[in-house]
Amino acid sequence: MVREIGKYFIFLGRLFNNRESFKTYYKLTLDECISIGIGSILLVALVATFIGAVTTVQTAYNMVSPLIPNYVISQVVREMTVLELAPTIMAIIYAGKVGTGMAGGLGTMRITEQIDALEVMGINSVSYLVLPKIVASMLMYPLLVIVAGLCALFGGYLVGTITGIISPNDYVYGLRFTFNEFTITFAMIKSIVFAFLVASISSYKGYYTQGGALEVGISSTQAVTNSVIAVLMADYLLAQLLLSK
Amino acid sequence: MIEVKEISKSFADKRILTNVSGVFEKGKPNLIIGASGTGKSVLLKCIVGLVKPDHGSVTYDGRNFFEGDRNTKTEIRREIGMLFQGGALFDSKTVEENVRFPLDILTRMPQEERLQRVNFCLERVGLENANKKMPSELSGGMKKRVGIARAIVNNPNYLFCDEPNSGLDPQTSIVIDELIQDISEDYNITTIVVTHDMNSVMGIGEKILFIYKGEKLWEGTKNDITHSGVQELDDFVFANKVMNSLRDK
Repeated sequence: MVREIGKYFIFLGRLFNNRESFKTYYKLTLDECISIGIGSILLVALVATFIGAVTTVQTAYNMVSPLIPNYVISQVVREMTVLELAPTIMAIIYAGKVGTGMAGGLGTMRITEQIDALEVMGINSVSYLVLPKIVASMLMYPLLVIVAGLCALFGGYLVGTITGIISPNDYVYGLRFTFNEFTITFAMIKSIVFAFLVASISSYKGYYTQGGALEVGISSTQAVTNSVIAVLMADYLLAQLLLSK
Repeated sequence: MIEVKEISKSFADKRILTNVSGVFEKGKPNLIIGASGTGKSVLLKCIVGLVKPDHGSVTYDGRNFFEGDRNTKTEIRREIGMLFQGGALFDSKTVEENVRFPLDILTRMPQEERLQRVNFCLERVGLENANKKMPSELSGGMKKRVGIARAIVNNPNYLFCDEPNSGLDPQTSIVIDELIQDISEDYNITTIVVTHDMNSVMGIGEKILFIYKGEKLWEGTKNDITHSGVQELDDFVFANKVMNSLRDK
């Protein structure tokens, strides 16, 4: 375990050794941004919309006291979405979608000697292959979180108003009621940290794949499980650091 | 010229190479031969620096690879072209992009010049009209040829080929062997070929190193190989029925 963590940090250190030109990274990062962003946006929007809808229904179901005003439902949905559902739950989905892709792609490159080919040419394969993925992930995931947050709030609005749980005015009022802008900053900090963790851990797992097709599958699975554990641990640490009074 | 001195390598408790030494000369193919699992590919990986040996040195024209600083290693590696067993072509790139890749990354050659060089190399390996094809559309032999084109595009001083004929039919194997020989002679580069194909050995084996259980047992040329007096080498050479029938005659 300790050996593995040490190897991971050495791997991260290699990202910045013997780099290629900025132009090379610029193009690769742009390609990764398109692949990550465009490739994930539909899934993220769909999942977030349903999460928002379900959160609205379940919050309303638990509001049994007539003394609690209806707009509290959307206030709860807002807080849950911004603080936890959009950055953290999406990170788990992101690890499943993007993390497996990264680990599988790098694992396949490893077993087909494509990584060796880069090394033989004198190219730092870690920096060339992984740095663009991490940078693109850290650029695109916060945007996906923003989309997820908006979709979740919209999903809650749709279900809440169509089923008569809450009126449109109450929903919007609840969204704006005692809004603390820092929660958005917190969500963005979380999303950047989670994006880094998912991309770096998945790349690490893929890069050090040994064996054949079976091992590529194992690396992809490990990429998701390890990323999810790291995300949840980081989630707790960030909450403790940034939200505790 | 590449000089290998007393290379030893173990993985965990398993000894793969024991004190292997040899000199690989310029302008002709140098072959490393031996049965499967004897450590040929590990030796090649030690020579190109993909695997660090536990002991010994590799010198490229006087430059020690493993004792050199990072710049020396990068400098040497940028003079290396390598053909991998499976071709190791980048799946997401076309043939042209694959061959152009070393030029894009390692040189500042103008775009037009790069394309000319790529076309020249593809023509050299007999793949004039394959520029826009993807690796998945190529046959095994074509992949190897694209691999060779990529290996020579940057005018390397050293060319390494890991089992260039594996998975190929005998006719295509001869084409690949001849190509490797021609390139080595035409560009006067140091070429090392790892193989267990006796056709290649008898075709282009101008200098041969025989590896047996991780040790160098014999060194010579294709002309001496049939009367080496080394039992293990005889077993390897005459395992082939055609070679065996020639011995009987």
